[in-house]
Amino acid sequence: MTAATEPMVRAESVCKNFGALHVLKGVTLDVGRGEVLCMVGPSGSGKSTFLRCINHLEQVNAGRLYVDGELIGYRERGGKLHEMAPRDAARQRRDIGMVFQHFNLFPHRTALDNIIEAPMRVKRVKKDAAVARAKDLLDQVGLAAKADAYPAQLSGGQQQRVAIARALAMNPKLMLFDEPTSALDPELVGEVLAVIKKLAGEGMTMVVVTHEMGFAREVADKLVFMDGGVIVESGPPREVMANPKHERTKEFLSKVM
Amino acid sequence: MSDESSPAAIDAVPLRHPWRWVAAIVILVLIGLFLWGAATNEAYGWETYVKYLFDRRISEAAWNTLQLTIYSMILALVLGVLLAVMRLSPNPVLKAVSWTYLWIFRGTPIYVQLVLWGLVPVIYQNIQIGVPFGPRLFEFTLADPNVFWLAVLGLGLNEAAYMAEIIRAGINSVPEGQTEASVALGMSWAMTMRRTVLPQAMRVIIPPTGNEFISMLKTTSLVTAIPYSFELYGRSKDIGVGLFQPVPLLLVASTWYLAITSILMVGQYYLERHYARGASRKLTSKQLEALAKAQMGEPHP
Repeated sequence: MTAATEPMVRAESVCKNFGALHVLKGVTLDVGRGEVLCMVGPSGSGKSTFLRCINHLEQVNAGRLYVDGELIGYRERGGKLHEMAPRDAARQRRDIGMVFQHFNLFPHRTALDNIIEAPMRVKRVKKDAAVARAKDLLDQVGLAAKADAYPAQLSGGQQQRVAIARALAMNPKLMLFDEPTSALDPELVGEVLAVIKKLAGEGMTMVVVTHEMGFAREVADKLVFMDGGVIVESGPPREVMANPKHERTKEFLSKVM
Repeated sequence: MSDESSPAAIDAVPLRHPWRWVAAIVILVLIGLFLWGAATNEAYGWETYVKYLFDRRISEAAWNTLQLTIYSMILALVLGVLLAVMRLSPNPVLKAVSWTYLWIFRGTPIYVQLVLWGLVPVIYQNIQIGVPFGPRLFEFTLADPNVFWLAVLGLGLNEAAYMAEIIRAGINSVPEGQTEASVALGMSWAMTMRRTVLPQAMRVIIPPTGNEFISMLKTTSLVTAIPYSFELYGRSKDIGVGLFQPVPLLLVASTWYLAITSILMVGQYYLERHYARGASRKLTSKQLEALAKAQMGEPHP
């Protein structure tokens, strides 16, 4: 496979268990370059865990996960897998942006300082360049005027947009969104989804765990429905939503739509 | 600003608090009586108090006390951070070492520890560093130790155990999401600790640390156990015993302790304010000013 045709994310029978609790029971999927994958499903179905496996916040127990052709979390040597050194795991995460349900902005830093922190400390970008890029990103998410505000002084929607800018500042090749609008007041959901939609339009590869079915239908190239740690059904969002094949998918969709 | 239609500002009669006045007067009278009694009581020796308050030996002793406090707190802070991070690290060896240290140094009285430190030169006459059963690389004698640094060591190593617990509580108070966000950005564990977790933990760490600092200032009076007696209490006691007037010299020492404590409290106030950044939605005075200007239609500065 050449780099151009190789998928950005390739999951092969990914399993994850916490002790006796099996959260992922063999998830296999591909996310192509520039593709937007939306994952839906009831809570506890394993979609967030799968997302956290992609950037190795959780360690995969079985199966293989590749991002941009590189095995995540392990190194294969002489036909045997070796646990990856923390430094190498950190290097892999640098290129994978993540946006959390509860934003997780650094409360002791202003919006601007939140954004320049990782580029300056991790990538050693010069301060001038990092600040210029951060201001540009804040402008893109519509918060140019809030550069000096602390997270506690921003609304939830504004915080989440700063968090997206913070992830983008590392120039990731892949963006992961873990229920980015679930903690927001209904009237603030739109502004965050608009930013994500714009990113999709610019060709960013994204995996989005969401409950916003309208958003998924509009933006996703592929919709995955998960339940009980496995993918129950997947396909183009309109098809899956209009003609769900499985009983569980039908039941779920009837509740959320 | 206020136009015809806006209602007049409320001008109500404030609530009266007569009992507060009564209590204040009673307390003032009691204090006055005590002061009168103290001023006329010969045993207080006010002349001696005034004479020795700024005595050279006393101010030097106060300086020694302050140095003991600062050096042992620096030692305690550095070692405390190390012990707390070790305790929270995923490494079981480091965890066990930290736990054992705490168990010993927190589980025995500081006075006993200080006496033991004083006896170290008796237990170990000299220290050699080298390869076991091999050549000697380095050797120094403990026959005539510097008692001041022995005191710093004794105070600092004991305090480190308490500081470690304070710092651990501070680190645990930072939500897990903060670590996750940092790690997801590609930051290492050490950088996450230094840049994300510890600065936020400071808000929780500083008030009890200020407390420990002030407590340490007074604990230095125990180093006579080593024995080191050039600090404030030891010096004042020695002079007082020599004069057969212990009370005024103890008052001199107390005055100095109070003065130093007051200075430390000011420092704590500014530190707390620094680390409270972003902790509240409340706008800073600069931000409020800018918003008020914006409301009045003036251009943003």
